[in-house]
Amino acid sequence: MAAPKKNASTGQETKNGSSRSSGLEFTKEQELAALREMLLIRRFEEKAGQLYGMGAIGGFCHLYIGQEAIVVGMQMALKYGDQIITGYRDHGHMLATGMDANGVMAELTGRRGGYSKGKGGSMHMFSKEKHFYGGHGIVGAQVSLGTGLAFANRYRGNDNVSVAYFGDGAANQGQVYESFNMAELWKLPVIYVIENNRYAMGTSVSRSSAQQDFSKRGASFNIPGEQVDGMDVRAVKAAAEKAVKWCREGNGPYILEMQTYRYRGHSMSDPAKYRTREEVDKVRHDSDPIEQVRNRLLAANVSEQDLKKIDAEVREIVNASADFALNDPEPDVSELYTDVYR
Amino acid sequence: MPIQVLMPALSPTMEKGNLAKWLKKEGEAIKSGDVIAEIETDKATMEVEATDEGTLGKILIPEGTADVAVNTPIATILADGESAADLDKAPAKAEAKPEAAPAEAKSAPAPEKAAAPQALVSSAPADPEIPAGTEMVTMTIREALRDAMAEEMRRDDDVFVMGEEVAEYQGAYKVTQGLLQEFGARRVIDTPITEHGFAGVGVGAGFAGLKPIVEFMTFNFAMQAIDQIINSAAKTLYMSGGQMGCSIVFRGPNGAAARVAAQHSQDYAAWYSQVPGLKVVAPYSAADYKGLLKAAIRDPNPVIFLENEILYGHTGEVPKLEDFIVPIGKAKIARAGQHVTLIAWSNGMTYALKAADELAKEGIEAEVIDLRTIRPMDTETFVASVQKTGRAVVVEEGWQQSGVGAEVAARLMEHAFDYLDAPVARVSGKDVPMPYAANLEKLALPSVAEVVEAAKAVCYR
Repeated sequence: MAAPKKNASTGQETKNGSSRSSGLEFTKEQELAALREMLLIRRFEEKAGQLYGMGAIGGFCHLYIGQEAIVVGMQMALKYGDQIITGYRDHGHMLATGMDANGVMAELTGRRGGYSKGKGGSMHMFSKEKHFYGGHGIVGAQVSLGTGLAFANRYRGNDNVSVAYFGDGAANQGQVYESFNMAELWKLPVIYVIENNRYAMGTSVSRSSAQQDFSKRGASFNIPGEQVDGMDVRAVKAAAEKAVKWCREGNGPYILEMQTYRYRGHSMSDPAKYRTREEVDKVRHDSDPIEQVRNRLLAANVSEQDLKKIDAEVREIVNASADFALNDPEPDVSELYTDVYR
Repeated sequence: MPIQVLMPALSPTMEKGNLAKWLKKEGEAIKSGDVIAEIETDKATMEVEATDEGTLGKILIPEGTADVAVNTPIATILADGESAADLDKAPAKAEAKPEAAPAEAKSAPAPEKAAAPQALVSSAPADPEIPAGTEMVTMTIREALRDAMAEEMRRDDDVFVMGEEVAEYQGAYKVTQGLLQEFGARRVIDTPITEHGFAGVGVGAGFAGLKPIVEFMTFNFAMQAIDQIINSAAKTLYMSGGQMGCSIVFRGPNGAAARVAAQHSQDYAAWYSQVPGLKVVAPYSAADYKGLLKAAIRDPNPVIFLENEILYGHTGEVPKLEDFIVPIGKAKIARAGQHVTLIAWSNGMTYALKAADELAKEGIEAEVIDLRTIRPMDTETFVASVQKTGRAVVVEEGWQQSGVGAEVAARLMEHAFDYLDAPVARVSGKDVPMPYAANLEKLALPSVAEVVEAAKAVCYR
């Protein structure tokens, strides 16, 4: 067995079949599309953080900054009808599925134009139209639920796959393994995407996980898995395509460990004393998923001017969503008693 | 226009904080993500990151300032191409204030009391008419349940059964007997022993539009799954603003069986009945078992269907009708009387009906109400009865504290206070884990004698 390699991006140890980015070149159009999507998520999250700081967003607010390449790369390998489900760090997933920024931001501010009419908030948003099944606040619950979505695909005999995202923290929940067992037993088309950002709230992977190679977490159920450089959108897309193909062809579930990093605290009120500023700055400086794409585009003679234009367009969408979210009325009081039963 | 940096709130409860330190100087370049300042609250020291790019124009609040209110402008950032001369263009106040919620929503009145779910209007339709001459088939409750599932599975391909031993073994209590043979392994699915996991898989399949019937070998084991039942099944419709819910039935034996002791004998009716978003059904008669299970499978909401192992082998008459549906949310007068009302459900009805026989011998005519559905509760039917009798006894096998009987008693206080001639009495399971020894187990459960005694007490006899 080869000696453990370090993931160049995040310093995580890579022990088996990591998808490296070499030979995974994107076309210029793909690079530009990925850049735009990732920028949208980053700017949206920055704005959400700002609105939270102003008190316009209440409760908990978990930002996705730093992890953007994962949802964007995954989405590039999916087709309409494939289902997405995740935990509470969910804003990026929603934007990547094409959900409207206004509706997401208005849900964050608890307004009637939000995706859940203001009744769900940051952690509980859904879009039937985009096949986004939430937004779940109980750590690990989405893994069983996502397995159930895959069950429905198999029951109906269609070729859709379900993508269940969860973190390195959720990966220690018991129902994850109950789900792995059933998914492999019944050959359910589900991709388990473990977003390993190295910290479950304030507890590092090394302090919480006996097996730190999350791609091996399905080994005793015979579920194949691989570690992926989750900071490189091209590597994510390549791994996603392989996993999607595996699932669509009826081979059962697949595990992708995405090695990534979150720049911000676990939630807004996280003083982040469990890691150093230098650690954050290093990942940010060395392997930011957006900077990687920007640098490749600049090297390919796309002008700084053109890239600034994309940023300006994205900022416009995000600013408009903030305006909408701050000016949209709160839900009508009659909504208190609606949607309990149907 | 220069951008104002505001004193951020770091938690929903923070109102002010100390500006401990500036890490950037005026005129210094700033990138998005740079830490520009440190602030302190009583709980923590936190870093303030810039979210915009440019140059730090002016520091408005010097470091060391204590008690800076949230949303106070603390600095301005100049965008590319702007200079200090642009500083006075910064708005005096933050553009977007959280208080900016439109007046319409602010001034809206609090929900009216009438909107509270206490109004005594039963929305449930009456039981179906059983035409004269309808053939009545005598069958066990076990068979009634099986027939209900089979009929609904024939009718709708989205309906399937999953659970431990439901297929090859034909059901741990033989409730799913024959279903595998008729519907095959695609629709009758043996699960591993993994309640939490398969409850979640069922709910996920429900979100995708299937109509799962999830069997728990007993509801005692569903405690492993209760997070998925409540947090995922019951709450998602509300949390999604009505976009996404699940039509799912969780069913299986609930409460005490015989000599299986504390971990296999708990009654969960009160637990589930507390949760908005769930419906909770606990029938007694064979016909109700069949008609209510069919209604539960067709219901677009999550339904907790509480069966009773002792009753599985009991027989009753079930009308032979094409589509016999008993509406959820409607109680039934199982025996008419005018002196005292006995309110029960599931196996509690066994004690209530036998007690009514005993009481009749002593000249007390008890009216027995079979609640059938615990949530939504048909308050109207038992209130009307108590308005007639003036006395009520609630019978349940579950524990008394915060039990279903406590809820029934409270509703009688709210809606029939002036009619009550005696305090509402409760006969319930004793306040102990279920013992194993036969004599103790018998004592721990309600008895006919206790019901008779309570009924006589409220009648002052």
